[in-house]
Amino acid sequence: MLSIRELYIHYITDEGIVKAVNGVSFDVQEGETVGLVGETGAGKTTTALGVMRLVPNPPGRIISGDILLNGESLLGLTEAQMRKIRGEKIAMIFQDPMTSLNPVLTVGDQIAEVVRFHNKKTSRADAFKKAAEMLGTVGIDPDRMDEYPHQFSGGMKQRVGIAIALTCNPGLLIADEPTTALDVTIQAQVLNLMVKLKKEFNTSMLLITHDLGVVADVCDKVAIMYAGEIVEFGAVPDVYRNTGHPYTIGLFGSIPDVKKKVKRLSPIQGLMPDPVDLPAGCSFEPRCQVATAECKTLKPRVGEISPGHMVKCTHHWREANHGHSS
Amino acid sequence: MDTLLDVKNLKKFFKTPGGMLHAVDGLTFNIDRGKTLGIVGESGCGKSTLGRTVIGLLSKSGGDVFFEGRNIKTLTKDESLELRKKMQMIFQDPFSSLNPRMTVSESIAEGLIAHNICKNGIELNRQVSNLMDTVGLASRFALSYPHELDGGRRQRIGIARALALNPKFIVCDEPVSALDVSIQAQILNLLQDLQEEKGLTYMFITHNLSVVKHISTEIMVMYLGRLVEKSPSDELFEHTLHPYTQALLSAIPTVNLDGKKERIILQGEIFSPINPNPGCRFAARCVYSREKCREIDPEINEVTPGHFVACHFMEEINGIHVK
Amino acid sequence: MSDREEFTPRSKKKSQISEILKRLLMNHAAVVGMLIMLILIFAAIFADYVAPYSYEQQNLNEMFARPSLKHLFGTDNFGRDIFSRVIYGARISLFIGLTSVVLGCISGGALGAIAAYYGGRADNIIMRVLDVMNSIPNLLLAISLSASMGAGVGNAMIAIGITSIPIYARVVRAAVMTVKEQEYIEAARVLGVSNRRIILRHILPNSLAPIIVQASLGIAGAIITTASLSFIGLGVVPPTPEWGGMLSAGRQYIRNHWHMVTFPGLAIMITVMSFNLFGDGLRDALDPRLKR
Repeated sequence: MLSIRELYIHYITDEGIVKAVNGVSFDVQEGETVGLVGETGAGKTTTALGVMRLVPNPPGRIISGDILLNGESLLGLTEAQMRKIRGEKIAMIFQDPMTSLNPVLTVGDQIAEVVRFHNKKTSRADAFKKAAEMLGTVGIDPDRMDEYPHQFSGGMKQRVGIAIALTCNPGLLIADEPTTALDVTIQAQVLNLMVKLKKEFNTSMLLITHDLGVVADVCDKVAIMYAGEIVEFGAVPDVYRNTGHPYTIGLFGSIPDVKKKVKRLSPIQGLMPDPVDLPAGCSFEPRCQVATAECKTLKPRVGEISPGHMVKCTHHWREANHGHSS
Repeated sequence: MDTLLDVKNLKKFFKTPGGMLHAVDGLTFNIDRGKTLGIVGESGCGKSTLGRTVIGLLSKSGGDVFFEGRNIKTLTKDESLELRKKMQMIFQDPFSSLNPRMTVSESIAEGLIAHNICKNGIELNRQVSNLMDTVGLASRFALSYPHELDGGRRQRIGIARALALNPKFIVCDEPVSALDVSIQAQILNLLQDLQEEKGLTYMFITHNLSVVKHISTEIMVMYLGRLVEKSPSDELFEHTLHPYTQALLSAIPTVNLDGKKERIILQGEIFSPINPNPGCRFAARCVYSREKCREIDPEINEVTPGHFVACHFMEEINGIHVK
Repeated sequence: MSDREEFTPRSKKKSQISEILKRLLMNHAAVVGMLIMLILIFAAIFADYVAPYSYEQQNLNEMFARPSLKHLFGTDNFGRDIFSRVIYGARISLFIGLTSVVLGCISGGALGAIAAYYGGRADNIIMRVLDVMNSIPNLLLAISLSASMGAGVGNAMIAIGITSIPIYARVVRAAVMTVKEQEYIEAARVLGVSNRRIILRHILPNSLAPIIVQASLGIAGAIITTASLSFIGLGVVPPTPEWGGMLSAGRQYIRNHWHMVTFPGLAIMITVMSFNLFGDGLRDALDPRLKR
């Protein structure tokens, strides 16, 4: 479905080159949901914008790598061709339902507009019929079609966002923190809806989030991102039960779990490195508990510790490739 | 038990164009010295208003707050100023809670200056650097401006500022919600360490149930200005009795893959408590609601010692019997 | 211990200002405005040395002389050197502009800050009174004020300053309203910081940017109003050189002696333009949304 190959995206600013995405590679298979997890500044959103070819340029630039959608490279397309892809083949749901809708258009108008943009022959009446149908699909009374976004609550607006994204039945849905701004009970409603619709529409999904709990609930696979790199990738049960990368271990140690009682959390010390000035060796080395001298200089390579479970850490790579010799 | 803060029938209403908004509507609870009361609820349930009313940022519409056994209402002006030192607050947003034009040390010193605690600049300086040390801020940041620092460090400044006056009680209003998980854990650990070291009492307001369980000795669940359930922390998670709490707990996405339970999906959304009708506030979204729920306010029952629930049909729903 | 130095962090404060200055210097229009402004201020201060003649020195042999090397801008109906008068005029115009803005800014700012911080009734009373003032056209208000107080530099300044009070009050009120909602104000209140200190230390420094911008634009407006007042004989009285007054005097000779009105007119235009360019640039430089 979607295949990202060695993607590098940098922002060229006055203060230096911000290396936002550094050699990201992963695949999203047909019908699969992949969670892209990382903290603020890890490069999750930039990766997603890269796939949509919406990285603001300047200052952003896709330096190298490739993005393939069903085998076709997106980077070679013209802007006009790309516009057709957006919405029709790849759709996006945004984090903030308050600002991603146009406040002066009715909800029905906004959905119908998408319908008519991608299928110019559709009549106005048909477009509105489709809009009403989509609203029904996401659990909003179609009678509310003529209302404006401010008349909807946060959860309802996010439903509208989902309706707009699914209107053209895209093959791939990119959801950027779709439930972060919502309360837990509303988050549960929206996640439920997304999982249900994903099955119904047979869509693949790339879910960007910082919440490992959400990933556990809805994703098949997970990619853990740190300082613009994917440090661990694999099926959710593999990554959660048999965690490989020290950063991922640190993340799990930072989350208080309602099911387990711990007196103290064991967080990762320190801060994410400045993307303008990344360490020469492993990006995580300054914060890593198990770093050795070579981590300072050696760029870690990806090791497959079990089928489909990749870890980008020198120690794991050595183990995977040379057995247990240290 | 040694009660530090005692709140009786506290009310806070706001006048809105649509009518009276009952943000906090008759809450009674107390917090023991050295303990943490977690206040949980979704946005609009009045938890932030509660914190601000207790600490005196907002004037109350009714009820009483007792601190160390004295009614705050009856204090003289000097005594109130003295009380300011004992009750402090840590804010949610590490970006807007610091004055962008003041350096780190200036921000921390502000309380010390306001109360004339330090005799001279040298002592002030020593105090500030002690505080920075306490919260784990390197002294090289003393002259930095907030915008030069990350969220975690900013939140440490906010904590140092609150600690400056040596308070006994701190209202923590979503202190970690704006932070990344690894930073969040650092701050939670810091808050716990400080509590042990200085015997602090916390009122910890958050919407994050995992966090509240981790840090609280007792938890109060709020819904639209009312108490729904209050209980010791572990008890609440083991014997969840109120249907709202049950739904809330089941909605938390957990990283624990084992034993995932069926999720209760609540219908509808929270409305705002403007001119609320009598009856249970949760009735509109509750799957068990009946006529009685929409007519009569549920009483708060103590089910087991320290475990309070406000629901008419709590016994029936949970198949238990309370004497 | 590194003593008190920590509480007078000069170097850091300067770096914040230098950052703003850097952004300002990247804006070419603002730099042009600033240069003209500096030249004008220089000319105004050192008029006694810069101007080739005294502003009141008459020479009836050289009435209505055309611009030449001897008289760069020519002479007027009394044979006075227009170039010198324009330079001395800058002194008057800038003086009136600056002082009236300072006057309006301080009194309007104080009113706006009080209205916004205390809100409720204080806000209502102050703002409604200012609304009434605002409902009278600015120039008309300035004219009636200076007419009632009589002509003269001091009175013109006061009249223009009073006229601008509502504008500053509004700008300050809006700025304070936004700052007041910030959590650091609540934090200061929880710490027990006094109202006075909250306003002076926390609110005002953070609402300064729009006030500075409004003031730099306001100087331009004040210069025009001064010129207008003098033009109709209410502002500065002759022989004190003032651009508006010079325009007024040259009006009857405009057919034959264009230079009498052209140069004072140009002076007004260039001055106003420079302050506007500078003000616009300053607004962009101070806008935190453009900060990176």
